[in-house]
Amino acid sequence: MAEEKKTRKKIQATDQMNRLMADYFYDLDAAAKSDNRKVAWCTSVGPAELLRALGFAVHFPENHAAMLGATRTSTDLIPEANAIGYSPDICSYLTADIGAYLKGFTPLAKAYPGIESVPRPDVLVYNTNQCRDVQDWFAWYSKELGVPALGITSPKNVNEVTEAHISDVAKQIEALVPTLEEIAGTKLDMERLKEVVSLSRDCTELWKKVLETATASPAPLSFFDGTIHMGPAVVLRGTAEAVDYYKLLLAELEQRIAEGVGAVDGESVRIYWEGMPVWGRLRQHSELFSGFHATVIASTYCSSWIFPAFDGNDPIRSMAKAYLELFIVRSDDYKGGYIKEMLEKFHIDGIIYHDAKTCPYNSNNRYGMPQRIEAETGIPSLVISGDLNDLRCISDEQTKTNIEAFIEQLEEGK
Amino acid sequence: MSLPLFVGLDLGASRTKVAVVDRAGVLIGHAVKKSGTDFPATAAYCLDASLEMAGATRNDIARAVSTGYGRGTVTFITDKNKSEIGCIAKGCHHYFPGAITIIDIGAQDNKIIKLNTVGGRSSFKMNRKCAAGTGSFLEEMSYRLDITLEEMNDLARQSENIIKLGSYCTVFSATEVLENIRHGKKITDIVKGIFYSVIKRVLEMDSLTEQVVMTGGVVAHNRYIVTMTEEMIARPVLLPEFPQLAGAIGAALYAMDQKETAEISESEDSETELI
Ligand code: SF4
Repeated sequence: MAEEKKTRKKIQATDQMNRLMADYFYDLDAAAKSDNRKVAWCTSVGPAELLRALGFAVHFPENHAAMLGATRTSTDLIPEANAIGYSPDICSYLTADIGAYLKGFTPLAKAYPGIESVPRPDVLVYNTNQCRDVQDWFAWYSKELGVPALGITSPKNVNEVTEAHISDVAKQIEALVPTLEEIAGTKLDMERLKEVVSLSRDCTELWKKVLETATASPAPLSFFDGTIHMGPAVVLRGTAEAVDYYKLLLAELEQRIAEGVGAVDGESVRIYWEGMPVWGRLRQHSELFSGFHATVIASTYCSSWIFPAFDGNDPIRSMAKAYLELFIVRSDDYKGGYIKEMLEKFHIDGIIYHDAKTCPYNSNNRYGMPQRIEAETGIPSLVISGDLNDLRCISDEQTKTNIEAFIEQLEEGK
Repeated sequence: MSLPLFVGLDLGASRTKVAVVDRAGVLIGHAVKKSGTDFPATAAYCLDASLEMAGATRNDIARAVSTGYGRGTVTFITDKNKSEIGCIAKGCHHYFPGAITIIDIGAQDNKIIKLNTVGGRSSFKMNRKCAAGTGSFLEEMSYRLDITLEEMNDLARQSENIIKLGSYCTVFSATEVLENIRHGKKITDIVKGIFYSVIKRVLEMDSLTEQVVMTGGVVAHNRYIVTMTEEMIARPVLLPEFPQLAGAIGAALYAMDQKETAEISESEDSETELI
């Protein structure tokens, strides 16, 4: 198969996104340094809406950990956490982030001159809807920094999200309010919460539309673009800035569709990515696929920041519902159905499962899913071994051989 | 020999294999050599050795395809972009047309490739990032036991009482082997246990369809592994005449299939001037 050297096509809105992200990090830094503003650390699908409504500046350690991965600094930092008892087999976001703290390192310092460290928190708020590791992660910082860690203990493997599940989580969210009010030094303004939840809803709808532009052929946006452009949906959920950004990005992608411009020239094969990205190999993987005229069109990962349940009229219950309906919270039955819908919607030729060594929660190949879906849809699958942040778990040559042979197989089957 | 000739170069991490086929697809020359550190030189050596065996010269070559880990290091080819999985599949289908499952055990990795009746791949699996079930595992054990790889085959054959290893980690297995030696267990039984471990690890990777073909350097040099596999899966295993050459032969057949217009070219930006 002819492999060509290809680079990513630049999305013009990227510059605006970079400005937005810079503003966000400088604001966080300013909040941490000020006497009157408070900083909360929050897990990716924790109650960020509540924290924002209470006036907290919100830092997302997972976002910071992904930056450690993308800058390929994580592999040197992870051993620091291993040495204090956090196994190389557990979440490499956790180990990279704690390792960075232990070494006094942050990629923010290089990217944003003037910022010297991650913002010191006043409170740590988690939701175990994704995994147990986030609770352990925040527990460590709680002890280290002497700040409270509190959160939501979520049900897992949920087949159908019921009213009982929602009531449970909604009550847990309500129970957080008094402590958070005390730390914030202000009362929760329900009108403000409704507004934030509505903005999260708007953001979600636009992000969904952005991702769905890839149903077009050729797809104007790839999974690798998505992992970069999801930044505002992750860290600025509930703000007007995120909403404005996705309007801009969507317009550009729609323009690409109108002009027949694809993320990859001569797109011949369309692939679905199930699992985490390999942060330290984004560029390499993107070029590997485009070199073979294949596009990774869509993913569960990028779509995990779509929360159709958010409703400004019923903020707390709808937050509970949104946090519960998440893919990672659901049963394999639900997940299988979801993936099959995605394969159909995006006209997928093949599916790649990333078996991430340190994140079983996002590695959906371990309980027979590839075999079941392949048997039901006839769409071929490939499992690649790797990791989100720990490059010691990766063989680039094996990945390349696997992906190349897989694309060959898909092309032969067309 | 019917001219012109087609060449397949399989530059594996451990061994370089070259196959020369004539226009009828008949294998007329081949060579295998340790890849070493100078891939282009090894490939050149193997090419010349296989041409000599074929009684031909470089001028008789119409097209050449390279595959394997080091394929990018050679010039004088018409295509360096066939994956080793594709080449092994093609090489096997040539000898065993029909639906087959190929078990390839190489030095660094092993593969299970499933082909449909027309030779199309329906799936493939490679080992995970670990030496379990690969030739490297055998090499490590041969070193620990101070027995050459060649000797292992005959020793395993003499075993009457296999000693199975429990771990799939190479280091843990080595410890188990030493433990067994300390307990005075027979070396023949230990070696058979090592073979068993290789086969077990490979069979765990995927299910098998009815017809099974084995290829790769490990079975080329340790035929007893094939016998043991047959016992373990309770059915006969097909073996090409040169199991180690399946990928190189597949590459040569790909060269044969290429359009007449594909020219052999010495690419200018190549790091090394090879052949
Ligand atoms: S879901 Fe996986 S990557 Fe995310 S925090 Fe949990 S273990 Fe880490």
